[in-house]
Amino acid sequence: MKIHEYQAKQLFAQYQVPVPDGRPAVTVAEAVTAAEELGGYPVVVKAQIHAGGRGKGGGVKLAHSAEEVEALAKQMLGMTLKTHQTGPEGRLVKKLFIEAGQKIEKELYLSLLMDRATATVVIMASRDGGMDIEEVAAKTPERIIKVHVDPLMGIQGYQLRQVGFDLELPKAAMKGFSSLLSHLYKFFVANDCSLVEINPLILTADDQVMALDAKVDFDSNALFRHKDLLALRDLDEEDPMEVEASTYNLNYINLDGNVGNIVNGAGLAMATMDIIKNAGASPANFMDVGGGASAEQVENAFRIILADPKVKAVLINIFGGILRCDVFAKGVVEAAKKTGVTVPVVVRMEGTNVEQGRQILADSDLNLTSATDLADAAQKIAAAVN
Amino acid sequence: MSIFVNKNTKVLVQGITGNEGSFHTRQCLAYGTRIVAGVTPGKGGQKMDGIPVFNTVATAVKETGADASLIFVPPPFGADAIMEAADAGVSLIVAITEGIPILDMVKVKNFLSSKKCRLIGPNCPGIITPEECKIGIMPGMIHKKGHVGVVSRSGTLTYEVVDQLTKEGLGQSTCIGIGGDPVNGTNFIDVLSAFEADPETHGMVMVGEIGGSAEEEAAAYIQAHVTKPVVGFIAGLTAPPGRRMGHAGAIISGSSGTGEAKIKAFKENGIHVCENLGRIGQICKEIF
Repeated sequence: MKIHEYQAKQLFAQYQVPVPDGRPAVTVAEAVTAAEELGGYPVVVKAQIHAGGRGKGGGVKLAHSAEEVEALAKQMLGMTLKTHQTGPEGRLVKKLFIEAGQKIEKELYLSLLMDRATATVVIMASRDGGMDIEEVAAKTPERIIKVHVDPLMGIQGYQLRQVGFDLELPKAAMKGFSSLLSHLYKFFVANDCSLVEINPLILTADDQVMALDAKVDFDSNALFRHKDLLALRDLDEEDPMEVEASTYNLNYINLDGNVGNIVNGAGLAMATMDIIKNAGASPANFMDVGGGASAEQVENAFRIILADPKVKAVLINIFGGILRCDVFAKGVVEAAKKTGVTVPVVVRMEGTNVEQGRQILADSDLNLTSATDLADAAQKIAAAVN
Repeated sequence: MSIFVNKNTKVLVQGITGNEGSFHTRQCLAYGTRIVAGVTPGKGGQKMDGIPVFNTVATAVKETGADASLIFVPPPFGADAIMEAADAGVSLIVAITEGIPILDMVKVKNFLSSKKCRLIGPNCPGIITPEECKIGIMPGMIHKKGHVGVVSRSGTLTYEVVDQLTKEGLGQSTCIGIGGDPVNGTNFIDVLSAFEADPETHGMVMVGEIGGSAEEEAAAYIQAHVTKPVVGFIAGLTAPPGRRMGHAGAIISGSSGTGEAKIKAFKENGIHVCENLGRIGQICKEIF
């Protein structure tokens, strides 16, 4: 689960990770008041969306007076911000963050993330702050500092010093940096983060270090023990169809093709998308109803897919193991009767009780095309949309 | 022969009295698996279909001599259940549970490094040696005894592959789902090396997906250490970057974990790449 920069900074402050003074604002008036409260100019007006690259997209601007804040807030609130992470459709800006401007001596990079291969928390840092870190890693890997932290031991003093010295911080900033990193690690572990990224982390003219930006992603599987964090979820930042699907425990991702698909199991769902593409069509979504889905879940999945206006045909691919084919077929028939099917539907089923399942579909008077195997299904679905 | 499990494996089920636990225990029993005990804290002394239920794994092991555990407990208790089994001396732990927090798994993985046991999963379908022992949730009837070893990060996708193999007349030595989580126990290389050492396994199928670099590492291992033929498949070539495709581990982060990079690694390391899932059975038939 992602959160906004201003929310991340509020959490940072609670964990004694230094951040500039700032206030969120949802109206122009609030933005001006916030700027006045900060007690001096310049201030930075920052669009709050769940995507990186905001600066380049025009979502982060400096203001030297209340009038400038007002003008920028008017311009940004309600604008569609496009960055390399939002896709061409961009993201509507509904919130701003007004922050006190800082005298920046140096921009650095600092992040904490889960390293899959070593099963440790890895600290990544670089003197090349403010840049695309992937690019730094690709072009000058020697400029990336990596320190692995044993999760059973926690972060050690020598590791804090190692990162600080490798960042070539001035002596006067070292103590502040060690404190920042050790508190950031505490924050990471205490809240089950999967990523905490500060880009840039700044060194000020008076040798202070602070987080000028903040990107935080939480492990969704751990939210059951962080009920307080759930309040930070911003549904405006999520696709409404994906939000609806998640309430039924369906794994759904909206894509830009025109072949809707319903599959049981994530691996098979990905492979089904690939098959659609191979056949010369394009998937409209990823939909995993789960290895052991119920008829009701199938029904909800079908309804959500059919509600998508870009869907011109639907491919249903089920390998019935735990989910029996007859149960699945009943779910499809129920859903089709309730929602009404207006597009061609190709069904490919295999596994437990497949004969009964096929019979249920055949007896249903619904306009469903049966496919014998995956290759056949791919061909039939491509023919339906092309 | 087979790897990790056979007809002599004695299995206990953690979470045996739950919905999923009891359903799949019955399925495993029907397949012929020797399930000797169940564990549900607070229900010790009860029986489930004649199987004795214990309060702790340690007691279950002591009383029944179980050497493998199948875990169905809910995700908040998953890590605890794995550690309990490891501490009780169970040598093979199969964790089906989906949704264990990654930080829990990171701790478990470090905890297990000092124990003599193998963890399969979590978030996996389990392991099956056809016609001998099924420790997991896969549909038993699609499997057939034979000489192809199957290892996969997925569940139903593995069933699809196994079904095609069986229909082509290719039986399996052992099939293992290592799970779709970013941090898991047994990895591709562990399984591939065991298949290489198993005289009954003549060829292997490796089913990977986007996210992480396990497939790339396995490909390099195959080039250096595996002499038997390997067919590889990668799911998620059309997946968009930055989105978690169902499995917690199936995500392209920046430029890492793409399907293209994995296919390239397969091709460069002598793995027969199947680009069309519909044909994986035929391709295996041609190669094995």
